[in-house]
Amino acid sequence: MKIQKKTIALSIYFILLILPIYWMLNMSLRTNADILANFALYPADITFKNYIKIFTDPTWYSGYINAMIYVCMNTVMSLAFALPAAYAFSRYKFLGDGQMFFWFLTNRMAPPAVFLLPYLQLYSTINLMDTCLAVALAHCLFNVPLAIWILEGFMSGIPKEIDETAFIDGYSFPRFFVTIFIPLIRAGVGVTAFFCFMFSWVELLFARTLTITDAKPITATMTRTISATGLDWGLLAAAGVLTIVPGALVIWFVRNYLAKGFALGRV
Amino acid sequence: MEKWQDNKAWFLILPATIIVAFSAIIPLMTVVNYSIQDIFGPGEAVYVGMEWFRDMLGNYRLHDALWRQFLFSGLVLLIEIPLGVLIALAMPKRGWGVSACLVTLALPLVIPWNVIGTIWIIFTRPDIGLFGVGINSLNLLSVPFDHTAKPLYAWITLLAMEVWHWTPLVALLAYAGLRSIPEAYYQAAKIDGASKWATFFYIQLPKMRGVLTIAVLLRWMDSFLIYAEPFALTGGGPGNSTTFLSIYLVKLATMQFDLGPAAAFSLIYFLIVLLFSFIFYQALLNVGRGEKT
Repeated sequence: MKIQKKTIALSIYFILLILPIYWMLNMSLRTNADILANFALYPADITFKNYIKIFTDPTWYSGYINAMIYVCMNTVMSLAFALPAAYAFSRYKFLGDGQMFFWFLTNRMAPPAVFLLPYLQLYSTINLMDTCLAVALAHCLFNVPLAIWILEGFMSGIPKEIDETAFIDGYSFPRFFVTIFIPLIRAGVGVTAFFCFMFSWVELLFARTLTITDAKPITATMTRTISATGLDWGLLAAAGVLTIVPGALVIWFVRNYLAKGFALGRV
Repeated sequence: MEKWQDNKAWFLILPATIIVAFSAIIPLMTVVNYSIQDIFGPGEAVYVGMEWFRDMLGNYRLHDALWRQFLFSGLVLLIEIPLGVLIALAMPKRGWGVSACLVTLALPLVIPWNVIGTIWIIFTRPDIGLFGVGINSLNLLSVPFDHTAKPLYAWITLLAMEVWHWTPLVALLAYAGLRSIPEAYYQAAKIDGASKWATFFYIQLPKMRGVLTIAVLLRWMDSFLIYAEPFALTGGGPGNSTTFLSIYLVKLATMQFDLGPAAAFSLIYFLIVLLFSFIFYQALLNVGRGEKT
């Protein structure tokens, strides 16, 4: 009897968890006139008009392309910079290691709003305003530290004897690192890539501030539609549903590492 | 694991240091620069010393936003931590249910933050939202539910959104903690005839201490920086009732364009966050140590 009660409570929680997402999906499959005129728990006659509009109107679909570009750029950059740094933190003691590790963490914790004004000035000065590269660079602020922390967690699980053996066998450091060490922690690299991808994908403030038109990501497009008159709820809901898709597609692969990633590699 | 002592390791962290410093140190220096000057236009600035800091420290809007922030972050912890632990305890321990639960739990965590706001607008609006229409059709409230009309409703909606968004994180962490407890502990408890409560307080809770510390600190820090969700949902209103620190700072900086005061505010905000980060760091180091020994 006790187990049943527990299962029922858990089921109710999961229904509540899904309900708001279901409601947006419901809205996205109806026309705006239908949404405003009738209150319906499920779409009576399903229409894909909202999705077709997003896939054919460049002001909408370019938002997805831009976001994908800077998110991928950021993921590659974060990994490239974080891998050697994480190796140093997991293997070596050096002058100021504790302080540097803490400094990286403070950047993951820093409020993006604080950096808003200087970023406008900095990126206009170096002529990067309204480019995907600017957003990718700005997102390094929190993604490089995150990647270092997660990777350090994975690397510390690899015994140091492997490194020592490889060096005795005459491997140079770069060759050892690329051909032996990275394959050993490939699960960790995959998980880190997922988290860099995700945190860059969900961020709004930098992405909105550093772009005007050419590199505007979908999240910024959506906030600008909210303030416009004659809001099209169906279209907004469809855009929202499409932003969930990339994350939802890859959760399955990292499901066992989610706790580790969200906890900065400390679980 | 004993580490090698070698200062040449600095070469390995140098690239990461440069890229983060470019995004962190240069902008921070610009903020310091703004905070001690009155800027009229390009090349026209007057040194004003600590005036902006005195201004902001005595600013009642900043005080209000700060207390609101503490209240919000406090409530978030009070609701999310116990709820997350309960969910983790109720989750299945083996079988297909585990993966299904983990994937469903993670879903809100990968949605862009302002889309979270959009979801909740659509969900709670009194004309089209399931929750808004549902609660108003019950006729229980003296004032019809509308999160843009009454501060209390705005707060309830925001808290519901925040709990919906981030409780899964706490649950995931707590579940990871629970899974690390060896089966032998439970068997020993059973032989001793320990009750469910005793098992929870003497075995599960102490073993979850590490992950729960991380959960508390992460939720505290991240709710302290919250921007996109309330921005999308309430825009800081009605009035200023949901204007948290980040929202107030962005308003000050981009709408009124008060560079000096905004910069001074930024530095004060940053110092508060730095203080919490330090506590966080110490706690994280202890968590790591606890697991290794």
